[in-house]
Amino acid sequence: MTDWINVIFQGVLVGGLYAMFAAGLSLIFGVMRLVNIAHGDLIVLAAYLALVTTATLGIGPLVSLLVVVPLMAAIGYALQRLLLNRTLGDDLLPPLLVTFGLSVIIQNALLTVFTADSLKLQAGAIEQATYRLFDGVYVGLLPLLQFVVAVAVIGALQFVFYRTALGRAFRATADNQAVAQLMGLDNRHVFALAMALSLAVVAIAGVFLAIRANFDPSIGPARLIFGFEAVIIGGLGSLWGTLVGGLVLGVAQAIGAHLDPGWQLLAGHIAFLLILAVRPEGLFPRIRT
Amino acid sequence: MCEPLLAVRSLDAFYGDFQALFGLSMELMAGEAVAVIGANGAGKSTLFKSIAGLLRARPDAIRLAGEPIGGMAAHAIAARGIALVPEGRGLFPSLSVEENLLLGGQLKRPGPWNLQSIYELFPPLAELRHLPSTALSGGQQQMAAIGRGLMANPKVLLCDEISLGLAPIVVRDIYGRLGAIVAEGISLVLVEQDVVRALNATQRVYCLQEGRVALAGAAKDLTAEAIAAAYFGV
Repeated sequence: MTDWINVIFQGVLVGGLYAMFAAGLSLIFGVMRLVNIAHGDLIVLAAYLALVTTATLGIGPLVSLLVVVPLMAAIGYALQRLLLNRTLGDDLLPPLLVTFGLSVIIQNALLTVFTADSLKLQAGAIEQATYRLFDGVYVGLLPLLQFVVAVAVIGALQFVFYRTALGRAFRATADNQAVAQLMGLDNRHVFALAMALSLAVVAIAGVFLAIRANFDPSIGPARLIFGFEAVIIGGLGSLWGTLVGGLVLGVAQAIGAHLDPGWQLLAGHIAFLLILAVRPEGLFPRIRT
Repeated sequence: MCEPLLAVRSLDAFYGDFQALFGLSMELMAGEAVAVIGANGAGKSTLFKSIAGLLRARPDAIRLAGEPIGGMAAHAIAARGIALVPEGRGLFPSLSVEENLLLGGQLKRPGPWNLQSIYELFPPLAELRHLPSTALSGGQQQMAAIGRGLMANPKVLLCDEISLGLAPIVVRDIYGRLGAIVAEGISLVLVEQDVVRALNATQRVYCLQEGRVALAGAAKDLTAEAIAAAYFGV
């Protein structure tokens, strides 16, 4: 019995990481209806940036967030302003194609610079620290921290979206670009800020990914799939929904893995397909399409 | 002869290959209220979209206080003091009434209009401020849309068919408040289907027909026959 509690718990905690993968994706789709195929690869890019930062500056991975987050945000602003803004329009296809190309470029650039070696960031003692919740149920400190950060990030995004002038600008521009411009909002700037925010979240996700598991240039697309699944399960347009989606995915994978290690990914995909079949709009949909 | 606040000179407007305006000229003096009337498809909304920057124009085709603004990005024109209350209101469905108003004021231009003064001008909005804008009646939405335009403290307020789809008593109520807006120093251009209302609310009138000015003059000088002839092109 405690076995299963442990399993659910681990699933919930990893679900927090999946929710972080998904949050940036959800934000971008919500604000500008852009599906960023390179999202997973940008998470991996953030992981490598964290690697370089910790190696050159000699700081710990968690401290490297102070460098990687602003750096990725700046990359996001530039990426949107210089490249992706040109793809936006009525057609959904150009952003998909361009971000797909970007995905390929990022993967191969990382491969060239860092080789295909599997790497991992060392966070020190915190990686092994566990906390005994109650009899037989143990919780790793790092996964717990990750989960707490994920909830905090989603809470912060929710705050930005619904309680700040920037969030109003995001929602108004998503509703009606033309009228938003009449209010003095420069769409190019608003979209660039949204992408900057998205990549700031990606940076956090990337650093935690790098600490938690081995990474190499090719693991981006799989992270993208997890992100997509979490967003779709949770419902488009709802950030808390994305958190729930991540948790559902994490728990499903944990249950699958407990039954048979080979079933981990399959269990997650099956859960996703079930939700899609039974409730295609997701658990907490918010977006008008 | 002082310079007009807003001057449109030989404006052409195109939707792709289709030409909607043909060398249209009109002007607005500071402190004036001017009406633009005409049948559907005459080019009234197109004129507004060109002025507000949603449609391309030659730089000198539109001048604000002497400065050529034709073809500028819409957000830059908004920053210079032109506010458009779009046809159909154009309120943001994801935002509450108050958030819509706050967004209108996000340029933070100085002036007498703020949340407080908008709620004084349109008291019904104060009670509805936290509701999603889609939950309001047509008249209330129109008040919210006008309020949102005012929040920018513009020099020129362009109102596109504010009587559309509203009951006459509601329209009378809204028009009654327009006087306060002009009194605070905003110059007004009204596009209207309701000719009588337009003539009563403004000093000068332009009647458009198929993208051209068919008739222009002081509201009190124009006869019903002249307007009908210009309106329908007979």
